[in-house]
Amino acid sequence: MNRRRSPLAPSRAASAGRAVLIAVALILAIGPVLYGVLLSLRPYSAVVQNPLDVIPSWEELDFSGFTTAMLDEADGGFGLGRFVLNSLLIALGTVVLSVVVSILGAYAAARLRYRGRGAVNAIILGVYLFPGIVLSVPLFVLLARAGLTGSLLGLYFVYVATTVPVAIYMMRNYFLALPESIEEAAIIDGASLPRMLRSVVLPIALPGVVATAIYVFMIAWNEYFYALLFLVQDRTLWTAPLGISQLTDFNVPVTVLLAGSIAVTLPVVVLFFLAQRYLVDGLTSGAEK
Amino acid sequence: MTTAAPRGLRRGRPPGRSRRDDRNGLLLTAPTLLVVLIASIIPLVLVVVFAFSEIRLVDIPRLGTEPIEWTLDNFRRALGNPSFWQALGTTLLYATLAMIGSVGVGLVLALALRRPFRGRGVVRALLLVPYVLPVIAAVTIWQTMLNPQYGIVNAVGREFLGWPSAVGFLNTTTAEVWGIPIPLSLLVVVCFEIWTSAPLSFLFITARLQGVAPSIEEAAALDGANSRQITTRIVLPQLKGVILLLCLLRFIWTFQSFSEIYLLTEGAGGTQVMALKVYTELVTRADIGSAAAYGLLMSVVLVALLVVYIVLARRKVDVE
Repeated sequence: MNRRRSPLAPSRAASAGRAVLIAVALILAIGPVLYGVLLSLRPYSAVVQNPLDVIPSWEELDFSGFTTAMLDEADGGFGLGRFVLNSLLIALGTVVLSVVVSILGAYAAARLRYRGRGAVNAIILGVYLFPGIVLSVPLFVLLARAGLTGSLLGLYFVYVATTVPVAIYMMRNYFLALPESIEEAAIIDGASLPRMLRSVVLPIALPGVVATAIYVFMIAWNEYFYALLFLVQDRTLWTAPLGISQLTDFNVPVTVLLAGSIAVTLPVVVLFFLAQRYLVDGLTSGAEK
Repeated sequence: MTTAAPRGLRRGRPPGRSRRDDRNGLLLTAPTLLVVLIASIIPLVLVVVFAFSEIRLVDIPRLGTEPIEWTLDNFRRALGNPSFWQALGTTLLYATLAMIGSVGVGLVLALALRRPFRGRGVVRALLLVPYVLPVIAAVTIWQTMLNPQYGIVNAVGREFLGWPSAVGFLNTTTAEVWGIPIPLSLLVVVCFEIWTSAPLSFLFITARLQGVAPSIEEAAALDGANSRQITTRIVLPQLKGVILLLCLLRFIWTFQSFSEIYLLTEGAGGTQVMALKVYTELVTRADIGSAAAYGLLMSVVLVALLVVYIVLARRKVDVE
């Protein structure tokens, strides 16, 4: 027997089983994504003729799917470039509005003992858990009544409303981790609340703010349902997810659709991995209790 | 919050501290409350009003100018419609299977990746990819994989597994597997949901696992417990809270999921869930009242489940 083994060291069979399990999980998680990337680099005819041949040979490597997807219709493409631009406008606007609103709300939730705090927190949590699909019916009617369907404005509003509860929850966790003594010192030195927030709290909480901003960006960038509900009539306003899903009905070659999907995916995957640690901390810190 | 402050400081504070907190707190939360009021609370009231009145899309310009006629017709029609009950059953089955799968897979992965090994960070990051992937990209990839003409799944099945013909994974209500009928498309949609959501369960369980003290396990191991006993008797009980919470959240979210199913199947092959029903009533049938009634009935089911959860959680606390 191996006497130097820690009592918790797994047996050899258990280690082997675990390695197999992890390998299978990796293949299942990454395999489909790789498959999509590889097919997007092949010509459509080759995909149809040899569906089993997933890895493109050097000479059949074909990047035209990406250009065809992105170019305007006038230039023989499918106009995804403009849809991506719309998505960018929507996502960035949502990030700015949502982060400003939730910095204030999260600071109050983390630090201030004001009357009605419990009720406010409960309302925000309740809203977060309430089925969004149910609220979509009155929201659609309200925005149609206000003449805001068929405009990006209505979408901003809905996206800010759906991201604020999560953003407050994430940022509150970061604010709670800040040393309170710094703020007390600033207040004793005579700093007003806005000044203290801007020049003392925000600089320290910046990683948390950035992580929250990235999370909000991902949600707004990926959203499909409200974009479909509000914007489907007006092609010039389509967001990238809406555009790709609408193109499916137009007999667009699957390689072009895949290229478009990959192009839409790259920004979020890059952002996610840049901020992974902070994002994961912000999302899960409640789970440790 | 004042525990960190020395006593003298607390006493020396300006007397207006709590009043100032009151004012600042409300000031800072005002924007949030405004957004929540307009986007959630007013709509919540309106959905009830709509559900009890006959309103169609063409009536929108006249809304607010005429008195509302209250009626139960929307509910009567919904509850008398067999397709409502079918959608409810499909949604419950879908949400239950996806919840079990997502939390189960997340748990297994979290336990498998618990002990450090070389490359664990990279593996963990790669496992999160399906969660980060935009829905539209994930759907496009799955539709391509499962396509009857050029999809890799059908190609492998016919080339190596001897399938007699291509399988329409996204539009087959029931398929016979060794003589047993299974709801094929529904299972595909469930698998898709598990694929995209298991990484999140994995994250939450991993975060909780970091708080499990290894010393208790070591003590148990020295007392002769084997690794299976340690997992089931020591680690899992500590994870019970986070697992229950994850189950609840996953169920609530999957119960109302729309985009995934709408994009994958558009409701074909027996995947017509409640959220799709709400959408169809609103957009295709242009019936606001009926859509609101469907939505309200969905919420009733969710609230009922939530109450059951709270009662169960409370009773467990009482027993312990």
